[in-house]
Amino acid sequence: MTLNKIKKKLQFDSKTSNLVKIRDFVSNLAGKAGFDEDNINKIELAVDEACSNVVKHAYPSGSDYKIDINIEFDDKKFVVRVQDQGKGFNPTELGTPDIKTYLEKREVGGLGIHMMKELMDQVEFNIHPNKKNQVTLTKFK
Amino acid sequence: MSGFEVERRDKENISCLYVKGFLDAHTAPQFEEAIQNLVDEERFKIIVNLCDLTYISSAGLGVFMGFIEDIRSKGGDLKLSNMTSKVYKVFDLLGFPNLYEIYEDENEAVDKYQKA
Repeated sequence: MTLNKIKKKLQFDSKTSNLVKIRDFVSNLAGKAGFDEDNINKIELAVDEACSNVVKHAYPSGSDYKIDINIEFDDKKFVVRVQDQGKGFNPTELGTPDIKTYLEKREVGGLGIHMMKELMDQVEFNIHPNKKNQVTLTKFK
Repeated sequence: MSGFEVERRDKENISCLYVKGFLDAHTAPQFEEAIQNLVDEERFKIIVNLCDLTYISSAGLGVFMGFIEDIRSKGGDLKLSNMTSKVYKVFDLLGFPNLYEIYEDENEAVDKYQKA
């Protein structure tokens, strides 16, 4: 049986209190896409890391900003696009930190990005500061 | 309702923190405060029992990392126990098992402190 492409999108206020709703939204759809529990957990965590980075680093604190989450899936892959209009960052400046490097430098956002890359099959950054920044997270079936 | 609770129990010079719920960027400050309180009281022999922790992200892991050097430099440690396999996988992703003592049972961590 072939699964037709399904698209869902939701917008959230950029607040850490919304992370639990974001995780529920993503894990529910990953389950519908047919992933096992281990992979659902990985997708859920990767999206949490992407959104946490937006809340913590993309926007000035205390401001009223949004995070857009677009999900597309079919029987081959599950793609999550996390978008914001914040200040962005240069992903090439954030290498793969080891724990000791992180402890010494406390690289902003580096740990979350490292985790996203470990958890997903593909992670792409498309950064246009203050216009549209997008992290695309892909997990293949 | 934040989805996260931390309860502290002191046993002589060892303090055990029981964490429950999810530890993410929203709830990590609550956990950080609990550890900071122990550090402020100079209680550096700490066990974090994770049996009721259902979820952890890098924000939660960052709390462990933020304190470990300071606590070890004072002769203490942050030992972890009773974590579920789901939570262990996240710790393992960042190589935590090489940097932290992780025990299946809290009593093993207590023994380790007492025999040190």
